[in-house]
Amino acid sequence: MIGVRLEARAAPARWFDLAVAPIAIAVTFVLTMGFVLAAGASPLEAYDTFIVEPLTSRYTGLEVLVAATPLLFTGAAVAIAFRAGYWNIGAEGQLLVGAIAAAWAGTVVEDLPRVLAIATMAGLGALGGAVWALGPALMRVYLGVDEVVTTLLLNPVALLIVTGLLNGPWRNPETHFPESERISANAEFPQILSDSRVHLGFVLALAIIVAAWFVLARTATGLRLRAIGLSPEGARFAGIGVERLLLQAALVSGAIAGVAGASEVAGISYQLTDGISSGFGYTGIVVATLGGLTMPGVVIAALFLGDLVVGADSAGFELGVPSQLADIVKGVLLLVLIALLVFRHYRVSLRRAQGRGRS
Amino acid sequence: MSFLSDVIAATFRNATPLVYGTVGETYCERAGILNLGIEGTMYAGAFYGFLVAETTGSLLLGLVAAIAVGVGAGALMGVLTVSFGTNQHVAGLGTTLFLIGAAEFVNRLQYRGSQEQATIDPFGTIDVFGIEALSQYALTYVAFLVVVPLAWWVLMRTTLGLNIRAVGENPEAADAAGVSVARTRYLALIIGGALMGLGGAFFTLAALGSFTLGIIAGRGWVCIALVIFGRWRIGRGVLGALLFAGVYALQLRLRLLPALSDVPFELLLALPYVVVIVALAVSGRNVSYPGAYLKPYRRA
Repeated sequence: MIGVRLEARAAPARWFDLAVAPIAIAVTFVLTMGFVLAAGASPLEAYDTFIVEPLTSRYTGLEVLVAATPLLFTGAAVAIAFRAGYWNIGAEGQLLVGAIAAAWAGTVVEDLPRVLAIATMAGLGALGGAVWALGPALMRVYLGVDEVVTTLLLNPVALLIVTGLLNGPWRNPETHFPESERISANAEFPQILSDSRVHLGFVLALAIIVAAWFVLARTATGLRLRAIGLSPEGARFAGIGVERLLLQAALVSGAIAGVAGASEVAGISYQLTDGISSGFGYTGIVVATLGGLTMPGVVIAALFLGDLVVGADSAGFELGVPSQLADIVKGVLLLVLIALLVFRHYRVSLRRAQGRGRS
Repeated sequence: MSFLSDVIAATFRNATPLVYGTVGETYCERAGILNLGIEGTMYAGAFYGFLVAETTGSLLLGLVAAIAVGVGAGALMGVLTVSFGTNQHVAGLGTTLFLIGAAEFVNRLQYRGSQEQATIDPFGTIDVFGIEALSQYALTYVAFLVVVPLAWWVLMRTTLGLNIRAVGENPEAADAAGVSVARTRYLALIIGGALMGLGGAFFTLAALGSFTLGIIAGRGWVCIALVIFGRWRIGRGVLGALLFAGVYALQLRLRLLPALSDVPFELLLALPYVVVIVALAVSGRNVSYPGAYLKPYRRA
């Protein structure tokens, strides 16, 4: 009997890192084709509408940047944490707490000069996100509690705080809608291009990513971070302060996710609503994984997923394909990617199975 | 209608989906797999159960569909985490993203253009001597009288259960003893998935009789918390579910009192998460996770 086995590669295959994302995208399109067909549309036409069409007009092209903005933040946040081997899956909650902090800040900064008001928004967003990331990080570092569960469970708690505030003390007194008071005009992130919704948050995200790239790729801190991600014991043996670095990575990750929340409040909705995040924190995991946990990769992945989101909206109108196809593609893409990534360290070999022939 | 029996009845009703989910998740985690696909699996069970019941007119076929979808979701998790040995948390989140996206996609396709919300005649409650606290859905009776004892017995008293616990604690030893780690983990995921699907279907086929977007509303995550709260024991997990459901039922009724109407009920909804996180912090390194938690197994 011929058995299929995974054999460890001596070293990760180099060609693989470049090829894996395009291969994953192609496989995902094949796997999700059934949904497009079920909607009575032609797959090629649908993917043309999804991927290509948004890039063909100025308006939709710039909307891609708007959709990519929160994903740039959350993708970078997740990538930094994952690099350090800290599995922060709480970017969603950190984003929401950042949004709460910014929505509050936006109502108290009206007397400040504009630059300071905007800086306060971003700063408090970062602080909120970092605060939300602090508990799980401390528990991991000092108590040895696995951060996967704690960061995950804090996401619904953050959402409940948002809805609690909006249904309670922050409910709009005039309309009685669950939306917070509008932030003052000087706290709004300015639009950076005329006739579009692209706002300061996009530039801020790119600046953070460039800074993160520099730290990760060009400094000793970046090297240490990678070292503790690859092998905490080895790093400890080499004299790296693993605890401190892990804590820093977790807090920076939370802070960046928090700025994403501030950016959505200050640049898009100008108030806190319970729909402030459409799963941006979870999508950040897709972005970071698709981008290979590198900053240039995160930029490309965020733009690609932004493109997909904008395309999905128009595909809904034009082809009658429900826009939820974007969510399906996101999920399948993530699954295909992590499955393919196994081949980075293993290769398939066909051989006669030995012994009982089980694997 | 006495207040007490009303609260008791509501407690068991609210606890039912949590019990299915918690028992299902316990099976996965005892086999060493953190199944974060639970939120999506319950969502899919709720939706496809409803879809099949609505189109065929048979509630039983709806239940079968929910179980089948749960089995499929468990098998998908198996392919990813057992066969490919991927990151369990990323695999679970991806599975949840996919299942929720797919259910909402099909929902839009199936029911777009219809003005009215599609509904079905859900399962009714069983009348037991006219006692209100005992007037429950059959799925609730099945959960507490069949699923919980049976799941406990299988896990703790049969070879299958022993194998599940063995591959979750020490897969190398289990493998050396001739237990197929892969097959056992697949089985645990499939059993777990089926129960999660049933838990989801409880909402559409019994409690509500209709499907709405966001119907699971984080209850899958509550189950994740309850499994840890119960320290991977079925009995304690079920107790946790009853506790949570009881507090929930109580607060819904206390909210009607003028003195308490200003207390945001979101605080209470956040309670199970917070309790688990605090409990994890208090027990710290002493939390006895299954030995092979989050670890893929490959023969050296």
